[in-house]
Amino acid sequence: MLYRESGQFKTSYRADQAIFPIRQDRIAIMALLAVVFILVPIVADEYWLGSILTPLLVLSLAAIGLNILTGYAGQLSLGTAGFMAVGAFAAYNLNLRVPELPLIVDFLLAGVFAALVGMVFGLPSLRIKGFYLAVATLAAQFFIEWVFTHVGWFTNYSSSGVISAPPMVIMGVTVDSAVEKYLLTLVMVAVLALAAKNMVRSRIGRSWMAVRDKDVSAEVIGIPLLATKLSAFGISSFYCGVAGALWTYCYLGTVEPAAFDLSRSFQVLFMIIIGGVGSILGSFLGAGFIVLLPILLNNIAAMIGHGTLQADTMANLEHIIFGGLIIFFLIVEPHGLARLWQIAKEKLRLWPFPY
Amino acid sequence: MNFFFEVLFGGLLSGIMYSLVALGFVLIYKASGVFNFAQGSMVLFAALTFVGILELGVPFWPALLLCLLVMMLLAVGIERIVLRPLVNQPPIALFMATIGLSYLLEGLGQGIWGTQVRALDLGIEDLPNEMIQEALGIQVSTFDLFSAGCAAVLVGGLALFFNKTRVGLALRAVADDHQAALAVGIPLQHVWAIVWAAAGLVALVAGLLWGSRLGVQFSLSLVALKALPVLILGGFTSVAGAIVGGLIIGASEKLAEVYISTFTGGAVAAIENWFPYMLALLFLLVRPQGLFGEKIIERV
Repeated sequence: MLYRESGQFKTSYRADQAIFPIRQDRIAIMALLAVVFILVPIVADEYWLGSILTPLLVLSLAAIGLNILTGYAGQLSLGTAGFMAVGAFAAYNLNLRVPELPLIVDFLLAGVFAALVGMVFGLPSLRIKGFYLAVATLAAQFFIEWVFTHVGWFTNYSSSGVISAPPMVIMGVTVDSAVEKYLLTLVMVAVLALAAKNMVRSRIGRSWMAVRDKDVSAEVIGIPLLATKLSAFGISSFYCGVAGALWTYCYLGTVEPAAFDLSRSFQVLFMIIIGGVGSILGSFLGAGFIVLLPILLNNIAAMIGHGTLQADTMANLEHIIFGGLIIFFLIVEPHGLARLWQIAKEKLRLWPFPY
Repeated sequence: MNFFFEVLFGGLLSGIMYSLVALGFVLIYKASGVFNFAQGSMVLFAALTFVGILELGVPFWPALLLCLLVMMLLAVGIERIVLRPLVNQPPIALFMATIGLSYLLEGLGQGIWGTQVRALDLGIEDLPNEMIQEALGIQVSTFDLFSAGCAAVLVGGLALFFNKTRVGLALRAVADDHQAALAVGIPLQHVWAIVWAAAGLVALVAGLLWGSRLGVQFSLSLVALKALPVLILGGFTSVAGAIVGGLIIGASEKLAEVYISTFTGGAVAAIENWFPYMLALLFLLVRPQGLFGEKIIERV
């Protein structure tokens, strides 16, 4: 009854191609935005905003980046964290060396640097594909990690290799409380997510999907393979780079190359598998799932174990549960949480009548 | 010049150790087209299980047998629970499933046997071999020679198994074409279980050798990351490629580490982590299928 589209007529192509063609969806999105922009900062406390919601948003952004590359363009990558590191260190160095630039421009330029690096490492994708490419992206991961650990210039010759983000000032406003950082992250993520959502519907997004489905056929119908693959690598890395910059500035404040190691890449990969490969919504759902599950587990363990469970037992349990979930999801619902949401919406259209 | 040969031999021998892990990947990829990311975790799991059984007071050889049994059961379990439901899924899905599997195995192994570092003594010293030192004047570790010998025996055994037995024949048939093999009555599931068990055996050997060198601990599962460039250099489908790739990677890695950091005055140090990957990547640009890999021909 609630989610029925009868009576909503489209009288122009514009209306037909709208990003949310159904009125209920538009209302739901508006309501959601109102909640996350207005209600959440009022209701949530410092811990939730600073330690859960901000990293969740940042990781969603990285997941969108990987989803563009793996989900839409079909190029498996294990180097996500490396590109995040490029963004993080680029933003830091831009801020340090070109202080005249506004911070938002720093973030975007950090994304551009990550995109350039991503495109360099995407070059082999024309010659090699599949698992060979996945292993090749590992080269990016290790090489980038090594550069930031061993080349002192990037960390401004800090003896510990750890960089601290300078105070953030945007248009005269100092961003330092958890609420402000959360809002800054939210604005960036919302804008970029919307851009991604539109991008995958556009000409470039459709050529990514054509390449993903069968690259030889895509080439035959006139899609330039190199440009398409490189654009996927570039834009994906742009998103990861911005995510890395936000991770440094809005979440941790200090960052070292080890924060962007291989396990971070896998974490983001798990997000898109569980959330849904080839879905922007899925990136958020997956990030939420992966970020919130350990907290939930810890709380359950604290409730039933009363502190009897050791930290390493918990870590192992987490590994087992994550591993098991990945396999479970791949077997039961290969399209992830996003597909479950889609099924729910389809059921809702008929509700309360089953046929 | 002696120093050069010492570095070279050291590299070649550690390359053999990489080959041992790469071999596990090749076996599974060759027989089922699955890129098994969990091989490193299987190495860790095998070593942990072996040490754990030893600690229970079981003597060496029965412990080895018991551990082998565990790995076989694990192989059958993986085939049942993970692979069978994923038949007909794209290879990427299977690959991701093995990433999940690797987390599962790491958690399981360390959950059962604990996370602390354990020493594993195979009774072979990691000291320069005196005979070789006297004859050639260079230092080569006895332990490295021993592991090279193990690798040789393993490769020889596997080659015999694949080339001379009925199961080996079936396995090669499955590798060639799943559906055709099924059509002539080869039980796909049995073959898969056997391959995973063989990979388990290789993981056990690699786990024992690596474990006695590094200590049995979490970092064993990272050994797989060392084996990946070996694999892409040698080609995913070739046992010989795994060996030759291992030798090339091992030798070039050690030589680069020693000589590049000397030439640059130590400014470019610790490149062992990424140098093999870059080498393999550059090689792939010239020959996308690796040294001994099968050429992929695509049609629409």
